[in-house]
Amino acid sequence: MWTLFLTFFKIGLFTFGGGYAMIPLMQEEIIAHSWLTQAEFLNIVAIAEMTPGPISINAATFIGYQLNGVVGSALATFGVVAPSLIIMVIFSHLLAKLKASKYAIALKGVAITVTALIAAAVVRLIGPAITSYADIAIALAAFVLVAKTKISPILIILGSGLVGVVLYGYIL
Amino acid sequence: MQVIWQIFSSFFKIGAFTIGGGYAMLPVMQRDIVDRLGWMDEQEFMETIAVTQSAPGAIAVNTAILIGKQMAGMPGVIAGCLGAVLPSFLIILAIAIFFRNILNWPPAINFFAGVRPAVVALIAHVAWKMARKLINHSFSLLLFLISLALIIFVPGLHPIWVILGSGIITIIWATQKQPEREA
Repeated sequence: MWTLFLTFFKIGLFTFGGGYAMIPLMQEEIIAHSWLTQAEFLNIVAIAEMTPGPISINAATFIGYQLNGVVGSALATFGVVAPSLIIMVIFSHLLAKLKASKYAIALKGVAITVTALIAAAVVRLIGPAITSYADIAIALAAFVLVAKTKISPILIILGSGLVGVVLYGYIL
Repeated sequence: MQVIWQIFSSFFKIGAFTIGGGYAMLPVMQRDIVDRLGWMDEQEFMETIAVTQSAPGAIAVNTAILIGKQMAGMPGVIAGCLGAVLPSFLIILAIAIFFRNILNWPPAINFFAGVRPAVVALIAHVAWKMARKLINHSFSLLLFLISLALIIFVPGLHPIWVILGSGIITIIWATQKQPEREA
């Protein structure tokens, strides 16, 4: 159980950039401990992709449960989150210091670059996520709704899921 | 006490509707934290994402911890972290215990097939909103285009380096500009 916690602590500590950056290290650790086979691991990645939330939390919960039940899943999840807790509290102090210093102007540029990162993510996601005319229609409808109305993104996400169930299940 | 509950419930919502990894949390987060609660403006929102993206760990969890800390200290950290983690934890636990076959259940597959294009559109809208607010002179436009080109065309380049580089260039640009303005 201690190994379970430590392994996920390591995964949480050494995976920068979130999400898919975590998969190779996670795969290495989990297969090295022979906690799962390659096929089982890929299955978990697929489940993690389909369900909400960070992929590392999803994997930790699933593998922890597999090995030690509910206690194991809580322990693995806490392990993967613990490095974030420590590091983000430190970063919060550093950010406050930077904001109070004469270099605070740097943050203006940084905000622009993060906007570019988000735009680049959209460019990258369009290919895999939008593969048919129906997908284009869903994407356009979602964009118009979020830009022109006050409807919450949550409702748009749920609505698009229901459209998917009806459209791909019964019509197409 | 109210703010602790707001932190927890906001990040619970964000955690529950981050489908498709990392940036998928941005639309719900932007609407809740910037538009509804007014805890930060667009500039501070992007600064927060820059910091959480430059640290190890899941971006959604890092953001919950950072905003929780800024709004309410250590109790805020705990509330944000629990809120961001609990939805995935509960959903995966339920899948592990009850529905191992969810991957083969057509309505579930079709639901996510419908969600995916919508999430891309929602993220695009966040990018559009931020760009319109933050790009307000030729230097910021140039910085935006160069950052975008670097990330798209240089494979394997980690975002941290682009973020750091842009901070340094902005400082240099500002110190060059200062004497001009005074003169």
